[in-house]
Amino acid sequence: MTTLDTAKPAEAPSPRRATLVWVSRYGTFVAFLALILFNLAVTPNFVSLQTLNVNLTQVATIVIVATGMTLVIATGGIDLSVGSLMAIAGALAPMVFLGTIVPIASPVLAVALAFVVPVAVAGALGWFNGVLITRYSIQPIVATLVLFIAGRGIAQVLTNGNLQVFRNEAFQFIALGRVFGIPAQVVIMAVVVAAAAFLIRRTGLGRQIIAVGGNEEAARLAGIPSVRVKRLVYTISGLLAGVAGLIVVARNSASDANLVGLGMELDAIAAVAVGGTLLTGGRANILGTLLGACVIQLVRYTLLANGVPDAAALIVKAGLIVAAVFIQQRAERG
Amino acid sequence: MLLSMTGIDKSFSGVQVLVAAGLEIEPGEVMALVGQNGAGKSTLIKILTGAYRRDAGSIVFNGGEVDFSSPAESQAAGIATIYQEINLAPHRSVAENIFLAREPRRFGLVDRRALRAGARAVLERFKLDIDVERPLEDFGTATRQMVAIARGVTQNARLVIMDEPTSSLDEREVAVLFDTVRTLKADGVATIFISHRLDELYAICDRVTIMRDGRTVAVSPMRDIGKLQLVRAMLGKELTAFTASQRGGGEAGGTPFLDVSHLTSGLRVRDVTLAVGRGEIAGLAGLLGSGRTETARLIYAADRKDAGSVRVDGAERHYAGPADAIADGIGFVSEDRKVEGIVPDMSVRENMTLAVLPRLIRQGVVDQAEQQRIVESYVKALGIKCASPEQPIRELSGGNQQKVLLARWLCMNPRLLIVDEPTRGIDVGAKAEILKLIRGLADEGLSVLMISSELEELIAAADHVTVLSDGRSVDRFAAGELSEDRLMAAMAHQDDEAA
Repeated sequence: MTTLDTAKPAEAPSPRRATLVWVSRYGTFVAFLALILFNLAVTPNFVSLQTLNVNLTQVATIVIVATGMTLVIATGGIDLSVGSLMAIAGALAPMVFLGTIVPIASPVLAVALAFVVPVAVAGALGWFNGVLITRYSIQPIVATLVLFIAGRGIAQVLTNGNLQVFRNEAFQFIALGRVFGIPAQVVIMAVVVAAAAFLIRRTGLGRQIIAVGGNEEAARLAGIPSVRVKRLVYTISGLLAGVAGLIVVARNSASDANLVGLGMELDAIAAVAVGGTLLTGGRANILGTLLGACVIQLVRYTLLANGVPDAAALIVKAGLIVAAVFIQQRAERG
Repeated sequence: MLLSMTGIDKSFSGVQVLVAAGLEIEPGEVMALVGQNGAGKSTLIKILTGAYRRDAGSIVFNGGEVDFSSPAESQAAGIATIYQEINLAPHRSVAENIFLAREPRRFGLVDRRALRAGARAVLERFKLDIDVERPLEDFGTATRQMVAIARGVTQNARLVIMDEPTSSLDEREVAVLFDTVRTLKADGVATIFISHRLDELYAICDRVTIMRDGRTVAVSPMRDIGKLQLVRAMLGKELTAFTASQRGGGEAGGTPFLDVSHLTSGLRVRDVTLAVGRGEIAGLAGLLGSGRTETARLIYAADRKDAGSVRVDGAERHYAGPADAIADGIGFVSEDRKVEGIVPDMSVRENMTLAVLPRLIRQGVVDQAEQQRIVESYVKALGIKCASPEQPIRELSGGNQQKVLLARWLCMNPRLLIVDEPTRGIDVGAKAEILKLIRGLADEGLSVLMISSELEELIAAADHVTVLSDGRSVDRFAAGELSEDRLMAAMAHQDDEAA
C-alpha cells in the first residue's frame, strides 16, 4: 500500500515540538549570543579588536571550506577530500612563485599564477570527485575518500616531504594583508559566504542543487541535469578548499604537506551540522554554516582563554555536534 | 482449514484500507490473491505476517487463534514470506542463507559440515543441484527465490507467501518455480500466490481470492471462473465521478503527434505500438504489470529502450534523457507522486516551477516576479488549495499535490502531456476536476497520453484506448467502440501463442 493519501490536516504542533522547531531554527544563533555574553562577563580583555581579529582569522578558512561542504551536503553528498585538496594547493603555490617547477621571470606573473594554478588544480580534483560519484555511481563518502587518502600523498610527493619556507609579501597578502583594516582572509570569507547564500537563494543553479538533494528522481524527471549539478558542487567545494589552502600556507609563511588542512573535512562537516543543514540533503543554510563555524570557534576560544586545554575543547566540540543533530532530528520528527 | 482470516479491519491515519476482509486456505492449497493496486492485498498479508497490527477481526492458523506482533513470530509459527525483493544476504553462501541465524552448532561454533549437508539435502528436494558454498549473488533470481523457499521449508513452514514471485523471471525460470510450488503442495505446504499474470494463476493455483477496495469480493476455484469474470471482479464498478460525454476529439488523419512503434525494453515492454494525434487524449489501459508505466517512461526517455522507434511530430527522436524530451515539448506526470513527483521539503512555488526554471533565469538569477506570476495564475486556474505558495508541498492533500504537478508541466506550454494514473489516491471530487482539466487542455490542442487503471475514466476522457497485456499492445479501440466489457476482455487476453 504505497499510495495511501495521507493528507495531513494542518494540526497545531504540540508545544514540545514547537519548542524544538524554534530551537533548531534559532538555536545556533542563541548559542552564539550566549557565548558572547558569557565571554563578556568572564573572559578578560574580550572586547578588543585583537580578539575579534584572532577569532575571525582562525575561523575564516573553516568557513570557506564549510561553505563548499554545505553545497555538497545539500545535494545529499559529502566531501572528505577537502583537507587533502588544501594540502595540494598549499604545496603547489610556493612551488609556483619560488620557481621550483618552471622559473618565472616576472614576479607579478609568478604570484598571479601562484593564486590561479593551485586553485584550478584543486577545482579539477573536485570535479574528479564528482565524476567518480556520477559516472560510476560510487557513494560520495567512498569516492571522496580516494582523494582524502591520495591527495595528501600527492602533496608530499610534490614537495618531497620537505617543509617549504618562504617570504613573499604579494602572495601572503591574502592572509596577512588588510582591506580597509579588515584582514584579507576575512574579506574573502565574507565574499564567499555572500556569494553562496545568493547562489542558493536566487539562482537557478541554487534551486537545482536543493531539488537534487530533496528528491533526485523527481528532479531528473523534471529535466534537471542532476549529473551536471553534482559535478559542479564538488568542483566548487574543491575550488574553495584550494583557496583555503593558500590562506593557510600564506599565514604560516610555510607549507607543510603533512599538516595543511589536516582534519579540515571534519571541522567543515561539524560547522555544517551545527549550522542546521540536514546531512540528508535537500536544504542548505549557508548563514547557519557561518554561525556554526563561529560557535565552534568561540567555544574553543572561550575554553582556551579561560585556561582549559585544547584537548578538552575537542570534547566540547563533539558535544555540540551531538546536541545540534539531536535537536534537528527531533524537530523533524515531531 | 490451515488459515482462516475473518473480518479484518485496518485503517491508516483515518483512511480505512481493509473492510472486513477475509482469506481462507486449506492445507496444501495454492491460493491466488489478486486485486488492483490499493485493493488491500499487501496490507492483508502484512497483517497476517505481523508486520502490521489489525484493528479488528480474527486469525486462526494451524488450529489456534494467533496474533503475531512481528514477522519473526509468524515465521516461527510456520509462515514463510518470499518478497519481491528477496531479503537474503547476497554475499553469504547459499548454505549460510538457508540457515541464517539458525546455523547448526558444534562446541558453540558453526558446524560447517552439517550446514553444507543440510543445505544440500533440502535443495535436492527441489531438484536444485548447485554449489551451496558459492555466494548467493552468483545465482539468478529464480535460484535465489528457491533458496528463500528452501529456507522457509527448513523452518517447517506450513504456509509460503509469494508476492509477485515471477515479476522478474523468464519463462524457463517460471517453470522451475512452478515445480517448486508443486513439490511444496505434495508435502502439504500451502501457498499464497500473488501475481498479476492471469495465465500463471490458471497454471498453478487451485483457488482464487479477489480483493477490491479493501474487501474480499469473491473466492472461487480457478477452474470455475473465466478470465473475463475474474478481471471484472477485480476492477468492479466505482461510483462514476464524472459524466461521460463525447469530445470533439483531435484531428483525424494526418501524421499523429506521437507515433510509437514496436517499442521494446527488457521483460516488461515487449512490443508496444501506439499513436497520439494532435489534440487527442489517447488512453493506455492494461492490468498492473502489463508495462503501461514502463512504456511511458521509455517515451519520455526516463529509461532506455532496447528497440523500436519513437516519432514526435513526424520525425524520429533519440532523446538522451528527460531533459531532451522536455525540450521537445513533452511533459510527464508520474504515477508515484511521492517518489518521482514532489520534492517534499520545497514550497508549492518551487515545486511548480521546477521544470520551467531554466526559462525563468536571467543572467543566472531566477526572475522571481515572473515566477510569482506563474504560480499565482496556476494556483487560481487549477483551484489549488494551499495556505500560501510558500507552504511546503508535503503538507498539501494528494489532489492538490497532483494539481501542482500538473501545473509544473502546463506552465511549460507542452505539446504532449503523459499522465500516469492522474487520479490515483485522490478524492472523488478532485478526480472529476482533474479529468475536466485534462479534457479542457486537449480541447485547446494539447495531445495527451493518459494511463489509467480506472476504465470509466478512460471511457469518459479518451478518444481512443490502446490496451497492453504482458508488455504488448494487443488491441486498440476508437471512442465509439469503447466499453468496459471490451476493454476487460482485451486486458485479460494473454498472448499464449506468441509466448
